[in-house]
This record gives sequence, C-alpha cells and structure tokens, in this order.
Amino acid sequence: MKTLFNIIFSVNFGYAVLRVTTPILFATLAALISDKAGVINIGLEGIMLSSALAGVIVSAATQSAWIGLLGALIVGTLMGVLLAYFSLDLKADTTLSGIAINLMASGGTIFVLYLVAHDKGISTSLKSMVLPKITIPLIDKIPVVGGILSGHNVLTYISLLSVILMYILLFKTPLGLKIRSVGENPDAASSVGINVKKVKYLALAISGMLAGFGGAYMSMGYVSWFSQNMTAGRGFIALAAEAMGSSSPLASFLAALIFGIADALSNSIQSLRLPPEFVQSIPYIATIIGLIVNSAKADSKKAKAEEEK
Amino acid sequence: MGNELLKMDGITKVYSNGVLANENVNFTVEKGEIHALVGENGAGKSTLMKVLFGLETPDEGAIYLNGNKVKITSPSDAIGHGIGMVHQHFKLVPSLTVAENIVLGIEPKKGIFIDMNKAVKETEELAKKYNFDINPKAAVGDLSVGKKQKVEILKALFRGAKLLILDEPTAVLTPQETRELFEQLKGLKKNGYTIIFISHKLNEIKEICDRLTIMRSGKTIGTYCTADVSEQDISKLMVGRDVVLKVEKEKVSPKDVVLSVKDLNYVNENNKKVVNNVSFSVRSGEILGIAGIEGSGQREIVEMITGLRDIGEGEVTIDGENINSLSIKGIRNLGVSYIPEDRMTYGVAGNASIEENLISNRYSDKELNGKALFKTNKIKSLTNKLVKDYLIKCKSPSVNVGMLSGGNIQKVVVAREFSTQPKLLIADQPTRGIDVGAIEFIHKKLVSIRDDGCAILLVSADLNEVLELSDSLIVVNNGEIAAYFEDVSKLTEEELGFYMLGVKKQSEDEIRRAVYA
Repeated sequence: MKTLFNIIFSVNFGYAVLRVTTPILFATLAALISDKAGVINIGLEGIMLSSALAGVIVSAATQSAWIGLLGALIVGTLMGVLLAYFSLDLKADTTLSGIAINLMASGGTIFVLYLVAHDKGISTSLKSMVLPKITIPLIDKIPVVGGILSGHNVLTYISLLSVILMYILLFKTPLGLKIRSVGENPDAASSVGINVKKVKYLALAISGMLAGFGGAYMSMGYVSWFSQNMTAGRGFIALAAEAMGSSSPLASFLAALIFGIADALSNSIQSLRLPPEFVQSIPYIATIIGLIVNSAKADSKKAKAEEEK
Repeated sequence: MGNELLKMDGITKVYSNGVLANENVNFTVEKGEIHALVGENGAGKSTLMKVLFGLETPDEGAIYLNGNKVKITSPSDAIGHGIGMVHQHFKLVPSLTVAENIVLGIEPKKGIFIDMNKAVKETEELAKKYNFDINPKAAVGDLSVGKKQKVEILKALFRGAKLLILDEPTAVLTPQETRELFEQLKGLKKNGYTIIFISHKLNEIKEICDRLTIMRSGKTIGTYCTADVSEQDISKLMVGRDVVLKVEKEKVSPKDVVLSVKDLNYVNENNKKVVNNVSFSVRSGEILGIAGIEGSGQREIVEMITGLRDIGEGEVTIDGENINSLSIKGIRNLGVSYIPEDRMTYGVAGNASIEENLISNRYSDKELNGKALFKTNKIKSLTNKLVKDYLIKCKSPSVNVGMLSGGNIQKVVVAREFSTQPKLLIADQPTRGIDVGAIEFIHKKLVSIRDDGCAILLVSADLNEVLELSDSLIVVNNGEIAAYFEDVSKLTEEELGFYMLGVKKQSEDEIRRAVYA
C-alpha cells in the first residue's frame, strides 16, 4: 500500500497524468463540438489513428515535425468532412458511418504502413520526427509544480489552451451560437436563415482537426513511432468523458483528466506485481464506472425535474 | 383604400396529393389593423399563410405589398419584406437565453465575438417599448408557454417585421395569458403594426379584431368589419356543408350502456385544463358523435378511454368494469376496438405487410398459434377473407402496408378493428383524407356493426360525417360539453355551429342528459 501511495503522490505521476491526458483531452473536445452540433462523432478513434500515421509519414518524408503535424491535421479535418458527407449528404446513419470510418482506419493504416515502412506492426524503419518539448521559464524552477507542469510536449500545452478556446468559440462567438442552436433545434435555426448543413459540416471539420491533434500527439510526442491500433480505444474513452462532462468544456476537461489519471495509474503500478491484465484494464473499467455514474446522475436530475412539475 | 398594406390576389394552391387547399383566394389587409382570418380546420387558412410566409409556393396568384408585386419563395424573403410569423409550435432553442434566441442569425458583433451586452440591451429596450415583461438573460427552456410566445413575437419585431402573422396564438394560453397578449397586441397596433390573427374563438375576434375574413373549403367567403357582424353571423358563414353525403340507416333502438365516462378531467403539461368535467355514456346499438373544432379536448378524451393517455381525474367504465388501471391490452380485451386519428403512427406499421397488420390485434389468439409457431394457413385464410370482405386493393396480402393508398390503409385498419366483433368501437376521424369511395364503404360498415349491437363513439371534425352517421351527438367546446342532442336528425348545421364555436351553450341539466344509467 505504501508503494502505491508513493507512486501516486510523486512528481513523476503528476507529470505522467498530463502526458497521458493530452490525447484523450483532444478527442474529448472533438467529441464535444460535434455533439453540440447534434452529430455524435463515433469515428474519433479512426480519425486519430489515421492522423497518427499521417504525422509519421509526412514528418519522415519532409524531415520536419511541424509539416508532419500539418499533415496529421489535414488528414483529421478531411476525415471529419468525410463523416459529414456520409451522414449529411448521403444521409447514412451517423453512428454506422462513424463505425465504418473506424474500421477503415484500423485496416487502412496497417495497409499504408506496410506499403511505406514494409512492416505491418511498427514504423521504426521510418525516420519520423518528434514535436519539441517546452520548458516553461520561471515555473520550471518551482519545486513539485515545476516538475509536473513544465517540460511537456508542445501539444500538451496546446490541448490545455484548446479547452479555453473551445469555451470561447462555443459561448462567445456567432459560430458557437449557431452550432448550439443547430444541435438543439435545427428547425428553429433554419427558420432564422441559418444554413444547418453548413454549420454541421464546419463543426465536424473542427472535430476532425482536434482528433488530428490527438493522433499527431500519439505518434510524434507520446512515442516517436506509429504502431498498429496505437490509439487503443482513446477515441471511445473520449466519448465517455464528453458525456460525463455533460457538454461543458471545463467539465469535459475534468472528466478527461479522470480518465488520464486512470491511464497513468495503469502505467505506473505495473511495477507492483499485480496481474498485468488487471492493471491494463483500469482505464476501461473507469470508463464504464464513469458512464454509470453519469447516467445515474442524469436520471435523478430528470426525476427531480419531473417532481417540480 | 390608400393604406392597403397586403393584397393576395387569386391564390390557388393544389397539394401534390391532389388536395385543393386554396382556390382563387383574395385577401387584403390594411395598414395598422388587426385582421382575423377565420375558418374551420381544413378551410385553407394555414395554407394561405404558408404561401404568404414563403413556406409554400402557390400554383397561381400574386402577392402585393404596399401596391408592389413581390415574390416570396422562402421565410427569409418574407422576413426581408417585413413579414413575421409566430407559429403554433414555437421555433426556439431551449438552452439559449431569451436574448440569444432573439439575435440568433443576426448577432451584434464586437470583433469576432458576439456583443452579448448589446444583445441583452437591445432585447431589454424592445421589450420595454412594447411593454413585454421578460428577462433577456433567462433560459428559454425555463419559461412558461405564454412567455415563450412573447419571445417569438419579439424575435419577429427584432427582425423588422411590420406585419405579424399569429397562428392560433391563444390555443396554448391560459385565460390570464390571453388577456396579457391582447393588451400587447393593442399596444403594437397603436405603434402602427399590422396583425393577422388566425383563430376560431369568436369572442376573441370580436374583442380585438377590426375586420375579419372568413374562409371555407379553400375559398374566401367574404371580408367584414367586426362591428357589423354578430357572432351568430360569423358562425353561420364559417360552418356549412358543401356536399351532403347521405348515409342510409335504420332508426336506432339503443340498449344497455357499454361505455360510461364520469367527471373526466385533464390538465395538460402547460397547466391548461383541456378536458373539463366531461360525462357521457354510449349505449349498445347507437353511434354517439362528438363534434367540435379541433383541439377542444376530443383527442385527450379518446386517448384516455383507449389507454393511450393516463386518466387525469374521473372514472371510465366499460361494461361495468373500471379501466383506470388497465393496460391498453387489458382495455382491448374487454371488447374495445379503436380506429386512431393518425393512421400512420397508431393505425399501422408501415413497413410490415398487410397480413401482419391485420393480425396485430390478435396474433396471440390460440386459433392462430400452434405449439411454438404461427399456424400460417389459418392466418392466410383469415387475412385473405378480410382483404376480400373489406375490398382492400392490393397485389397480395404480403405487400407492405406503406405502399397502399390512404384509403386502402384505412381499410386495413377498419378490417382489423371491425372483424373482432367489438362491443365498443372508438372511431377517431375514421375517414380523414381518403377518397370518396373508401369513405362511403367505411360509413356503411360503421352502420352495419352498429346494427349488430356495437356501441360506437365517433369523433370527427367533418360535419358531414357527424351529422349523417351519429344517432345522438355531444358538442365539445374548450374542453367542456357544450350541448347534447338526443336525436341528430332534428339538428341543423347552423345550430351545431353555434355550439361548436361557443356562441351558445346548453344548461347543466340539458348536458346531463348525455349520461344514462
């Protein structure tokens, strides 16, 4: 027990939490904006995976981490638009389209990886680049806090910044107002002349781009290579985090952080001679518990609202 | 007339299903008046207003505003021409605030941000100017229906509307809210706004409207100054039959009471009392009609009797058995059949076959079931017989119901509901929107099962139908029974109109006659 305590209350653990939360946070924000526009983006997992590979390939080809990131974002955005095209223009079921995107990405990335790197499992034969880590001046000198907050990958800071930007976009700009109205009552939105389809397209493009950030972080920050199905369900965990955060950017961030802690825990306590299968399942168990708590909360809220009536 | 604001000239609109909704309609509105547009359901008021607001394109006719011919092909066009519409079903986003809803789509900006302070301030000023008591920062989802309606009106005003169309605005309001709305409408009129007020509540029209235009069966009957016509006159002009479809039937000899409804009340989710102390009985071998303008409580009454809606207050018994706690199936097992108003939602499963729909009320009968599987031969012979007896036109009973015409779909419902030898039949708008041949067929079948001793409760907005089919009749107005007629053959449509529109009401004692022991 003492060792567990030592693990959790260490600077390393705090640092690790932020490190593993980053991709989940990007995906959570991606889930948030599409949900606000009334479309559930089940395809986050596949979009992240595709972007992760795109980042590796483009950065290896150009020998620039930044151009690699750009490649990952473009692929992510395009896949968001593709999902929009499936569901809004071709009128396919959004959930099924999202599943299709996930399956396509899961097989497609291995196929492309084999073509490019001649390996079906991992991209280490490619000389891909990694995005830089940033040391924050002054803060890094503070004991404990500096160790936890400073020295992260640049995308970790961008993910934290995105929470604030998302709040501003949704609640302070005309586009955000349009996204929220389209998601809640498309009839009302179109009656005042808002182009509902266009707004949904935009929201899904932004959602895809955010998932692209998450994917790029996986292969160009978290680790320095692409391996098959490396996102390991983070896109789905993000959907759970967004649901728990009940569509507020800040609450969604906190929910993502909880899943990050579970993830970090499963990484850290592998040294404790617990069965590894159990340890690795912690994030997923946390997801299920989170969803149960969330729906119980929603139920009691509903019951209360009905009582008041 | 120099101040003619709107002129709709020779508007004709035929819907794709062949319904002639507007036939050469002329409609003019003067600047600064409150103009009532009245008519029964289906008279064409809504279509005319949809044409004006750009929601429907007319086949013929032109619209003039201030003497200039305008083309309105979308709601945005209409708004651009200063026309605003307050729909019966509000178009608001519940989680947004009042101010956000009002500025939606035309937000004031500061840089790339919404200038929310300005939006709130402008909303406040607008509300103050016209004496609307509303908090711009409240979430719309938390507001009462009356307040939501005010937000809709403000939304139209904010967009520069000078001509407001209000589609049955008082239908959802409590009497207090109605009072308040009228004060505000008078205020708007004083400020030079023009209002088109759609309603069938004659007392309200008399109270606030300057002129009125009456529509009937897709045509304009005439435009009058409200001061020159009495409620009686309006009622006479509104209510009337154009084609009388005769139904042959013997005189009735009602027997025992089958359905008995006692002191039924219902308060809806907007806290409005929509069914108010309704009591009546239906006896074996008679058709009791319920007549009334749509939305007078008929739907709630029928849904409570059939179990689709929980009974608010009161008692319903069928053959002496209290149904308050019975399930829909339990009610049906007492020998109740039901032809619902909305056949595509409650009547049939569109993607299932005719055969499957025909047995959906008796699929668990022992007769149709073997040990584990259906007895398909039995089902086939039963459904073939029903298709033949009820003249359902189809290639085969295995065709999906959704592929049939409206009349044939209704025949499927009728075949299923009539063939179980029901003790009580609830027929809610049994012939709405179907062809004349199917109507006549269904009317004949209704009379024939009545002669077999079935008790029938018939709800219909079609005057022809209630007057021709019913043996006795109750009239509902505003959730209450306004009249009971023991013998319908002596009733004129003019008289019926008076009760439907609330011009007249029978005494308590006369209404109580609808209850038999």
